[in-house]
Amino acid sequence: MSGLPDVVIVGAAESENVGVVPDQSQFQLAADSVLRALAQCGLGIGDVDGVASTLQVAQFAHHLGTRPRWLDGTGVGGCSYMLHVRHAVAAIQTGQADVVVVAHGESGRSRVGPTLRVPDMASPGGQFELTYGVAGTFSSFTIPTTAYLHKYGLGEEALAEVTAAQSAWASQNPRAFRGKSLTVDDVLASRIIAWPFHVLECCPVTDGGGALVLTSAERAADLDLTGPPVRVAGSGETCEGPGASFMEDLTTFRGFRDSSAEALRQADLTVADIDHLMVYDAYAHLPLYGLEDIGFVGRGEASAFIASGATRPGGSLPMNTNGGGLLYTHTGQYGMFAIQEAVRQLRGEAVVQVPDVRTSLIQGVGGMFSAAGALVLTTA
Amino acid sequence: MTARTTVGAVLPLRLKPYVDADNSAFWSGGADGALMIHRCRSCGSWFHPPAPVCRNCQSLEVGPERASGRGTVASYTVNVQPWIPGSEPYLIAWVELAEQPGLRLTTNLVDVEAEDVSLDMPVEVVFEPHPDGDVWYPLFRPAPGATA
Repeated sequence: MSGLPDVVIVGAAESENVGVVPDQSQFQLAADSVLRALAQCGLGIGDVDGVASTLQVAQFAHHLGTRPRWLDGTGVGGCSYMLHVRHAVAAIQTGQADVVVVAHGESGRSRVGPTLRVPDMASPGGQFELTYGVAGTFSSFTIPTTAYLHKYGLGEEALAEVTAAQSAWASQNPRAFRGKSLTVDDVLASRIIAWPFHVLECCPVTDGGGALVLTSAERAADLDLTGPPVRVAGSGETCEGPGASFMEDLTTFRGFRDSSAEALRQADLTVADIDHLMVYDAYAHLPLYGLEDIGFVGRGEASAFIASGATRPGGSLPMNTNGGGLLYTHTGQYGMFAIQEAVRQLRGEAVVQVPDVRTSLIQGVGGMFSAAGALVLTTA
Repeated sequence: MTARTTVGAVLPLRLKPYVDADNSAFWSGGADGALMIHRCRSCGSWFHPPAPVCRNCQSLEVGPERASGRGTVASYTVNVQPWIPGSEPYLIAWVELAEQPGLRLTTNLVDVEAEDVSLDMPVEVVFEPHPDGDVWYPLFRPAPGATA
């Protein structure tokens, strides 16, 4: 469609362990993932000439022993990896790089060799939110939800449905951090963190890593791959405001609307063509916003859609099939794991495999309704 | 759900902001009972947090101006998890100020029980001084007649 050469994902791997990994630093989690991803495509560190990461990218590229001619340290939160993939596609298409690795590693739970988080009272959040007891994302990212539920006359169970539906996937996945089957009542019986959110509607904090290897379809044809290549058919990125309180409308996220629309347009597909969906779910309201903002359902219809079973195993739109950030794992910047699951589904290698997945849409968010990135991946 | 909503007692510890040239009027206006919000002197747009440029018309002629201190509750949460040691549940709200649609600030609601808060409820500013006497936190309480 674009006349530009196709770019494919030829390696995609998570760290050996995700969840609680107290014996590895964030750099080791990322390096472990990169080596596993390279091993899937018969490439070595010497073949890598592009590096993207949310870790300090020059430091990480050096630790790995690479000599890159292309770097991307874009850090806009958990969707940064969608942006890295989008930028890597452009770099490969224009000859700025041949083999790009995109890497994530985060010791969010065990805090081994972490990037320090020091409250910065000079930052906008420090000046205008920490001063009011906003001590984390759970009491800020979630605030628009009260307006959303009110607008559509929905109750707390609209959020609980999201977790319950995803537990149908997570309960079949041995790697899931929260692997129990959960009913709406189970979720509503869990303790309240920040009303209307219960603890099972907020992600856990875990350790883990993930990496992708991208190259041109032409180069991929000469590689010895362990799984079929996955084509990056479309991508989109944008930002709305520096925090959730800046949303133009508290009940819809322009970032989701714009980035998904661009990714679908590039891929020359519509939502009707999408077989599989990943929506970044640090909190249970995000899949509700995502389903509506991408256009799978109308305004205010997402919770009824989920309650109908449509996103569960056997449903018409399998969503967050690893269990999602809410149940599978959430290191802090979850986006890499959403991409990993989409690649596994397209390769036919998922733990809970959906039959015949040929297209997948991955919708990421970064910061708190701040940045957004979307990818459309397809079989090659 | 019972929440702590007394001025001076919402949080066991209220952190102090870093006061700079852009935000000093916002944090000191309470000494005069004034809610000071940044406004563009070219196009008249209000915006918060204070910034050095108007994102509506890109003018650099911006500065603090006294706002009415009235607004409505745009959305809110009841924070229960005691991340601040010793804290009891408290209300965090986004108040949309009367001056302009979408002009919101993050604050605590006071003088109201959690179950009596409603969206679009009219509220008015009240100030909580820091013990050091150099910072006044704008908080919001129901406007007269706002709750039954």
